[in-house]
Formats: sequence, C-alpha cells, structure tokens
Amino acid sequence: MIVTIASGKGGTGKTTIAANLALLISNAQLLDCDVEEPNAHFFLKPEIKTSRKVFVRVPVIDESKCTFCGRCQKLCAFHALAVLPSKVLLFPELCHSCGVCSHFCPEHAISEEDREIGFVEIGSRGQLQFIRGLLNVGESMAPPLIREVKSYLNPTRTNIIDAPPGTACSMVESVRGSDYCLLVTEPTPFGLNDLKLATKVITEMKIPAGVVINRCDLGTEDVRKFCEQESIPVLMEIPFRREIAAAYAQGDLLLEKMPEYRPSFKKLWERIENFAAEGAA
Amino acid sequence: MKICITAQGDQLTAEMDPRFGRCQYFLIVDTKSGDCEAVANPYLEGTGGVGVQAGQLMAEKKVEVVLTGQIGPNAFGTLQAGGIQVITGLTGKVSEALEKFKRGGLKPDQGPSASSKSGMRGF
Repeated sequence: MIVTIASGKGGTGKTTIAANLALLISNAQLLDCDVEEPNAHFFLKPEIKTSRKVFVRVPVIDESKCTFCGRCQKLCAFHALAVLPSKVLLFPELCHSCGVCSHFCPEHAISEEDREIGFVEIGSRGQLQFIRGLLNVGESMAPPLIREVKSYLNPTRTNIIDAPPGTACSMVESVRGSDYCLLVTEPTPFGLNDLKLATKVITEMKIPAGVVINRCDLGTEDVRKFCEQESIPVLMEIPFRREIAAAYAQGDLLLEKMPEYRPSFKKLWERIENFAAEGAA
Repeated sequence: MKICITAQGDQLTAEMDPRFGRCQYFLIVDTKSGDCEAVANPYLEGTGGVGVQAGQLMAEKKVEVVLTGQIGPNAFGTLQAGGIQVITGLTGKVSEALEKFKRGGLKPDQGPSASSKSGMRGF
C-alpha cells in the first residue's frame, strides 16, 4: 500500500504526520520525496547505509557537425535550446531529458551525457526502512529525482510518502500512484486556499483523500465547512500546543515525546486503511 | 542599426516595459531609416524558457542592441551568444530611452540583472 502525505500550504505538519505514522505501523518504509528540503530524517534519525548519485540525460551538440538549421530548437517543448547563427546554447535546467533533439537532428550532431542533479540515500531505523532524495542546490528538476526515490517503493511493505508542499510538478510526481492521499492543512485562510488547490489536483488524479487539520483550535470553521461541502472526510485534528511545537523544534517524534497522542494516530491509520480499501474496491 | 526597446504599447510614445522576456511589445527601431516595427510578445504567457525564445527572436530580427529594465540569466546568455548588446535600468517612455541611447554614453551590461522567473511576478 502507498499512502502519501501532502498539502497545498507548506509548514502544516506533513512531516510530523508522515514520520509518526511510519513509526507507528509495522513493516513500513518512509520515502521523503520533498527533495528540495527533506526533513523527515531530522525526526527519524535513520542509519544511512547507501547513497547513490542521480543523473539526467542532457544533449551535447557537436558544433563541427551542426549546420545551425534550428530543428532542435523548434522541436524542444521546453525551450532548452537556442540556435543562433553560429552557436547553439543549451540551458540544462530547462531540459526535461525527452531526447527529441538528439533523435531528430538531421546531422546526427547531438549526443547525450549525464548531468548530476542530486542523490538518493537508503537507510533504516530498526524495522523501518528509510529512503530520501536530495536535489542539488540551484537545481529545478525535482521530478526525475522523486521518480528515483519512488523506485524504492516496496509492494511488500506499507509505503508512506512525505510529499513536497504545493501543487506543482513535484507534488503531482510524489502523489502519482498512491492508494490514498492525506492532505494536511490548518484552519487559516492560507490553509483553506491551498487545500482547495490540492483537492483539485487529487480529484483530477482520482486518488481517494482525507484531511488532517493541524492547529485545529486556531482560525475559523471555513476548512471544516469546505471539507463537508466537498465530502472529504476529516480524519484527525491536532490541537495547537506549545509542547508539540517544542518537540518539533527539538527534532523529537511526537509519539515518543507525548505518547498520549498514540490512540489518535492509531485511529487515523485505521481510517486511512479503511478508506484506501474502499477506494480500491 | 536595429535597436529593440521593451514596451507596454505598440507606439514610440508608450511606456517602457521593465521586463525583457515577458514584456508586452518589442519595438524594433532602425536608427538609420527611423522605421519602427512593433512585435507583440508571442511568449508573454509561456510557462518557462521565454527568455531563451525572446533572445532568439532578437537574433532572428537582426537586433544589435536591446534596451530594457531588467534581464534574466537565460535571456542574457542567449543575447550574448548572438552578439547582441544589452542595456538595462532604463525607465520612462520608449522615445526617451531611444534619445538617451542615441546621445551615447550608455554602458552595455556584463551580466544578467534579474534572477530566473522574476518576470512572472506582478509589478
């Protein structure tokens, strides 16, 4: 089973939910797909066993063969190539590694080479398997690295994915293929606005979803009203407590520091399992 | 010599557009003949790579100097590879910028003046 913890707005508590769920359930593995700023390892403190560099393919232009015809530039859907009268420029950070330029070059002047974009780490914490990706600074191509992290999805385990915030490509790539998506939000205007966006994406992707309202005693009732209107179940509410924030700031796991939250996390997991089973049926 | 000024309208009386890749119009002026061609920016709504495309357009139009407010790294790289000079930091009306350029003394930029995607922000 694959359960992804996502949210439109950042800082709502995705990692708190993901790390604590991963700790609670047996035979689990956590995949931190927030490759621009992974932070689940701060809390789970896994022992990293292997690290592997991740590359994407980018074109290399042999200007001795190039006639500057401009075909590659016209075909590139991402405008990663500029063909000028006597020079071809590549903007590697725009390249999506589709291979169209090298395939269609009439002069066979384009080959491909590896470009490093980041790395993947694999480790464990007791029985819990841990995988995370880290994108190099300044790099914008998160989806290929997320796919690499997700290549470690294990069908014999319960896979918990910690998704990046937002509703852009990297969130879609993380959520894709999930059996269930948990959207973490807060009862503020920002929380509501971004929950609406995230709900649209998840509905479009036909993935069953539920909501966790963090800092539930702040703000307004608008998030609850929205969930009711849209028939999205609210699976758990977490109060705004100084002790929770303090534990987070110390890198402590909520369930270890405050075991009184164990029953509500257990109940959350039961409900996720039920809804995921319903969704699959 | 062909000069391109980024503008908010299609006339020389228009205000300059501070952005290069996402400007409303490219006004291409031939300083010899005085002819002015207004090109509505075809890349205005593009999701990415507009600087590269706009730079390419300048090369195709045989522009030698670009006058604008700000320019990003990809657009600057493309223009530089095409041997096109870039002068940023200009504001006000297109005609005023053109006069300023004709008087001389404006220094071409040595690097990009804005970061990627900054033209997507409202102003």
